[in-house]
Amino acid sequence: MAAGPRLSRQRLGDLTYDVVTGTCAAAVPFLLVLLVAVIARAAWPALSLHAADLLTGNTWDVSRGRFGALPAIIGTILSSLLALCIATPLAFGAAIFVSELAPRRLRAPISFLIDLLAAIPSVVYGLWGVFVLVPLLRTHVMPPLMAVFGALPLFRGPAYGPSLLAAALLLAIMILPYITAVSREVLVAVPRSQREAALALGATRWEMIRDAVVPYGRSGLIGAVMLGLGRALGETMAVTMVIGNRHAVPHSLLDPAYTMAAVLANEFAEASDDAHLSALMAVAGLLLVITLLVNVIARWLVWRVRQPQQRIAPRLA
Amino acid sequence: MIAPREPMSTASTQAPSERQQQLARRRARGQVMIGLTWIAGAVAIVPLLAIVGYLIVGGASAFSPTFFTSVPAPAGARGGGMANAIVGTVLLVGIGALIGVPIGLGAGLFAAERRGTRLATTVGFIADVLSGLPSVVLGVFVWELVVRPSGRFSALAGGIALGLLIIPLVTRATEEMVKLVPSALNEAAVALGFSKWRSASTVVLRTAMPGIVTASLVAISRAAGETAPLLFTAFGNAYWSVSLFRPIAALPLQIFAYAQSPYDDWRAQAWAGALVLLVIIAAMSLIARAVLRARLALVRGSRIERPSTIDAERGT
Repeated sequence: MAAGPRLSRQRLGDLTYDVVTGTCAAAVPFLLVLLVAVIARAAWPALSLHAADLLTGNTWDVSRGRFGALPAIIGTILSSLLALCIATPLAFGAAIFVSELAPRRLRAPISFLIDLLAAIPSVVYGLWGVFVLVPLLRTHVMPPLMAVFGALPLFRGPAYGPSLLAAALLLAIMILPYITAVSREVLVAVPRSQREAALALGATRWEMIRDAVVPYGRSGLIGAVMLGLGRALGETMAVTMVIGNRHAVPHSLLDPAYTMAAVLANEFAEASDDAHLSALMAVAGLLLVITLLVNVIARWLVWRVRQPQQRIAPRLA
Repeated sequence: MIAPREPMSTASTQAPSERQQQLARRRARGQVMIGLTWIAGAVAIVPLLAIVGYLIVGGASAFSPTFFTSVPAPAGARGGGMANAIVGTVLLVGIGALIGVPIGLGAGLFAAERRGTRLATTVGFIADVLSGLPSVVLGVFVWELVVRPSGRFSALAGGIALGLLIIPLVTRATEEMVKLVPSALNEAAVALGFSKWRSASTVVLRTAMPGIVTASLVAISRAAGETAPLLFTAFGNAYWSVSLFRPIAALPLQIFAYAQSPYDDWRAQAWAGALVLLVIIAAMSLIARAVLRARLALVRGSRIERPSTIDAERGT
């Protein structure tokens, strides 16, 4: 044992270290609690006055004090689910390709390119959407869609360009790298013995993937999709720029629509009266609650797969 | 699900051709599905090429001599640039990093050292959940907490919003990197009589540092591209300002404003701004990768390294 003063200095150092890191660690859950509390408090006036109108009303008219957020809620959910339907099969295919099938020389470069896609800022996707994707849809995609499927209400025009379809496509491109990256981690975490057992039973390479690898990682893969959903629900800039921003429930893929995040982006900075602000806070709170639920479930599913192994690869963007 | 494949020699008693046909069918189906995953891999990369291609074409032609040196021109006038937005982004990201990296580092160290305990798992889990929340909600939160009481949009509020975004990312990354440090290193330090904080600062952190630097750079580069948390905090500014307590311009905000403008000149500048933003982010992520690669090469070379070797390698 060391002498008295030295020992106490050591103890002091250790104590300081514990207190500092402990405070930092406590800040993380505290931040989440504070986030929920502050937004709930700010949204309270709107919730207590017209919660029902907020959730079910169709009219959003600031000057008349009507704040029905249903179109934005429906627009958020529709655009995210559509994006998910487009991105999921592609992401799973790409993840399987990168983790199982790609020639060794191709794996790293393809992962790198997909990670790069995740690093592009949202506003840059939006810029590309406004000046490339939307004009392309308006002139080359929507007219043939209307000509062929025009009988279906889903494809009834006029083709403005900015639309639910444009937002869903852009969202799909944006969440594709996230779903791919998490699925890839999940697939890589599947133990070798699973693969070898399937091959030993005479499975072909595809049967090994389908019957051994994917079922083992199933909950993690579902988690990956839900993480993508969480991102799509809260995505703001790119969607705001291409969805058309109209407070109405869309009846067709070609209609302009609105999302909760886009309402915040467009109106929050300009909101001056308290009722409007509180209604926007309520929209933010609703968005927070939905994405919080989706993220908690998603993380829990992914953690369950990765937990037994503790094999964690550094994530890079 | 898996039909066992019989050895060819014993299968001759029962309709061998049918079995072979079945096997051929299974193989063919497998080939088709594998082909589809090749296509999925290729399709996943197409948007990247499309976006980067347009950025380079649209952005490079829009650079004018004044782009890096002057503030935005009045509406309709030609010329002008994004000097204030570039400086603003650097300032905002700097404030964000000053807030986010130390707190994330501390929280990550805490979670890694008490790994396995419920407390550490909770911190890591909540950090993961926080990093998935919409950044626009963080903007609303900071508005209510900072902008509303102070009565004005400010660079400080924008920096705080970015800092909150960075905290969970750095927390998780630090935790993962510290967990990779061989426990023998820490044990050796303790055996030599090091106290906990000295072993943490001189052995554990030093070994994990390249990984932490990498992850911090990735987190900071993500913050640099964020627009939504800045809309109601930093707000944007058409004039030159580096004051912490005034609204400040930022590249993503400027791109957003110009993309929605009716002027061709401004739209072209939006492309140029996006190209600059992407180059900044790509440069940061390339540096991050180089740091991590040096570290990985080091670990592969020898399991337990002396601090002096680490310093030498980091220098190169």
